[in-house]
Amino acid sequence: MNILEVEGLNKHFGGLTATSAVDFHVEAGEIVGLIGPNGAGKTTVFNLVSGALLPDSGVVRFKGTGITGFKPHKIVRMGIARTFQSVKIFSRMSVSENVLLGHLFGRAKGSVTSDPARGETEEILDFVGLGGLKEARAMDLILASQKRLEVARALATHPDLLLLDEVMAGLTPTEVAKAMELVKSIRERGVTIVMIEHVMKAIMSICDRIIVLHHGVKIAEGTPEEVVSNKTVIEIYLGE
Amino acid sequence: MLIALLVLLVGLPAYVPSSSYTVILVTNILMYVVMALSWAIFSGPTGYISLAPAAFFGVGVYASAILSESLPLPLVILIGGLASFVLAYLVGSVTLRLRGMYFTMFTFGLVELVRNLVHWWEVNITGTVGRLIASEDPVTVFYGMVAIFFAVLLASSLIKRSRFGLALRSIGESEEAAAHTGVNVNRVKAVTFGVSAFFMGLTGATMCMRWSYIDPTTAFSIQYSFMPVLMAIFGGMGHLYAPVLGATIFSLLEELLTTKFPYYYMLIFGLTMLIVIVFMPYGLEGVIEKWRKRGKGGPVDVAYGAEKA
Amino acid sequence: MIVRFLDIAIGGLLTGGIFALIAVGFGLQYGVARVLNIAHGEFIMLGAFCAWTLFTRAGITPLVSMVVCAPFFFAIGFVIYRILYNPLRTSSESAAVFEGNSMLASFGLLFVVQNIALIIWGAPVRGYTYLAFPINLMGAVFSANRMVTLIASVILGSAFYVFLIGTRTGKAIRAAAQDANAAELMGVRINRVLALCFGFGTMMAALGGLLLSMTSIMLTPVMGLQYTLIAIIVVVLGGLGNIKGSFIGGFILGLVGYIVSSVQPGLSMVAYYVIFLFLLLVKPTGILGK
Repeated sequence: MNILEVEGLNKHFGGLTATSAVDFHVEAGEIVGLIGPNGAGKTTVFNLVSGALLPDSGVVRFKGTGITGFKPHKIVRMGIARTFQSVKIFSRMSVSENVLLGHLFGRAKGSVTSDPARGETEEILDFVGLGGLKEARAMDLILASQKRLEVARALATHPDLLLLDEVMAGLTPTEVAKAMELVKSIRERGVTIVMIEHVMKAIMSICDRIIVLHHGVKIAEGTPEEVVSNKTVIEIYLGE
Repeated sequence: MLIALLVLLVGLPAYVPSSSYTVILVTNILMYVVMALSWAIFSGPTGYISLAPAAFFGVGVYASAILSESLPLPLVILIGGLASFVLAYLVGSVTLRLRGMYFTMFTFGLVELVRNLVHWWEVNITGTVGRLIASEDPVTVFYGMVAIFFAVLLASSLIKRSRFGLALRSIGESEEAAAHTGVNVNRVKAVTFGVSAFFMGLTGATMCMRWSYIDPTTAFSIQYSFMPVLMAIFGGMGHLYAPVLGATIFSLLEELLTTKFPYYYMLIFGLTMLIVIVFMPYGLEGVIEKWRKRGKGGPVDVAYGAEKA
Repeated sequence: MIVRFLDIAIGGLLTGGIFALIAVGFGLQYGVARVLNIAHGEFIMLGAFCAWTLFTRAGITPLVSMVVCAPFFFAIGFVIYRILYNPLRTSSESAAVFEGNSMLASFGLLFVVQNIALIIWGAPVRGYTYLAFPINLMGAVFSANRMVTLIASVILGSAFYVFLIGTRTGKAIRAAAQDANAAELMGVRINRVLALCFGFGTMMAALGGLLLSMTSIMLTPVMGLQYTLIAIIVVVLGGLGNIKGSFIGGFILGLVGYIVSSVQPGLSMVAYYVIFLFLLLVKPTGILGK
């Protein structure tokens, strides 16, 4: 079943084309990579899916239902969560408060003092590896931990689809390896993942399929092996 | 400690002659405290600076002036609060979708807008500008303000500890992230703005009973916008005590200076605002919290609205 | 019919001339220096009172007073920026924080200036008449002093426009309006330029007030607020940061105000608000904005 379908997505900013007639689908349970040179329109696609931006034309369907033009909070409550390229955690709140927020306003809609809320927050924090930092202030964490926190917060909303925007940018090789493990274990929890990445090693090893964008247009799609041997892809990455 | 304060306040008129200066003074202090606390409920965590308190206060005043002859007092006060809530919710739903500065600009103008409307109404429809009203005795007004004070303290505390309060703080940090965490940002902002206005309306409706004559200029005086903002900025908005402290200090100062230097004291308050903005960005609370944390190490950060449960 | 149309058109222009001037001043302060100066109206009030004082105490006509008032108020604005807003600018963690803080500081400034005026001139309403004879323009009759204010506004506006386009400082201002940090990197002495903008803003406010006072309106220390609001609305109408837009927007709003006033006096402010609300809802970037 296609958990996400995107058809003919067009978005312009003034005279600039961000995305042009982008079509793709994501099947439930997949890990799909979205790659392309800087400015290719990848984050714009995420913004259009998550409701942060309104497309000029085109359709977004989630589990068969049209969600084009829905507000972000509504889309979250339907089951799509995301992280941001520039980590947008709530810096002056504690780590557990960040995650709690996701639990309270995501699909579970719990109440602050309930035990399930506490319990689940702890479970998610342990899962992403931040178990010992519950009461730390978000702004005091190192970058790699802040990224994990953002993922934890997204997971707390009980998504069926998770959009990760460059979650490995700025990480050391060790941190990248750990992040790769985390992404795989998220999929094992039953969450479908679409990830924007520049770290090729990660994309190649964990993605089932890869979509390549360039200047807002989809230029290639397929398994990692197929994409890597695609002539156009090679040209744009080496020729620039 | 709160119980002690409650007992103290409730018992005040008992051991002090009823129409005395003290009761009136404390009523005035409570008025400013409530206004400052109400303002901090919304503007503290979200960072949206509203300059509209005078509009909501004035709506309450007029509600009271118009209805106090025909309806029982508590109902009149409640209506004053509700009218302000509705006004704030409507204005908020429209303007809070925009950048903070547009919101601030509109709230700044709201006071004048409402004042102009009321003035026009009185000139063209009622026939006379201003109206005479029957005033109540100071003790009744005093108890009214005490009740409102405790109500706003309760509301403020409940909000901070609830998921609503968490949502407000997240909005203050990053609206986009909050929306993507499932928070209905526009609704939360509008409702909170409304709640804050509700208490200001209640206050206006209650304080109206101390006067015998009102007109648009006195009901919608921009001072009722300036003072709560000054007090909350000066006192701080993180913990509950902060706006209370700021409001108490300034109302006492106003009391002290108003008789001796009627024009100079506002000049001084204006200068105080300038000094606080430049030198004390987190207000008195920032200074106090820094002093409390001295020697304990670690960063001092007054996260507005971050009351520990 | 033509007379009616002319009456409205010219009347609107006359009202609009001053609106345009004070809006450009406000726009310089907000669009370039990024200070939402809600005390703007207080300087308009000060300009009006200075004109009144000079006229009634020293017999100096307002047009001559302009020569004295302009540099005086420019200097005041320049100094205020230096000692109040510049420190704020350097100490604020972000542009958004600075916007909020500078607005609050302006709020404080509002009360300081208003009360200084109350101390100096007291609360009673003042006024004076100057050039109050009627002029007949193709059937529509207007007071000479109002025509003078229009002419003065246009001259001042054009002069400033020439300054912006023609001089180096003007170009620096335009650069700063686009991007202050980039301008600084290109060698513009940004602190000085921003202070200049603020000074020009104050100067235009005062000149606007001076011209206003000529039109026999009632002067009181609390008159500033409504003009601040008008300036805000005009600047939003014309597009934030768009100086030309502010100028034209002033005339548009003046026209609207004049029409509404002739139909239902006392509701012109309300009409401005409706426009404001409409703009915010539909096109916050302004009719002429980018």
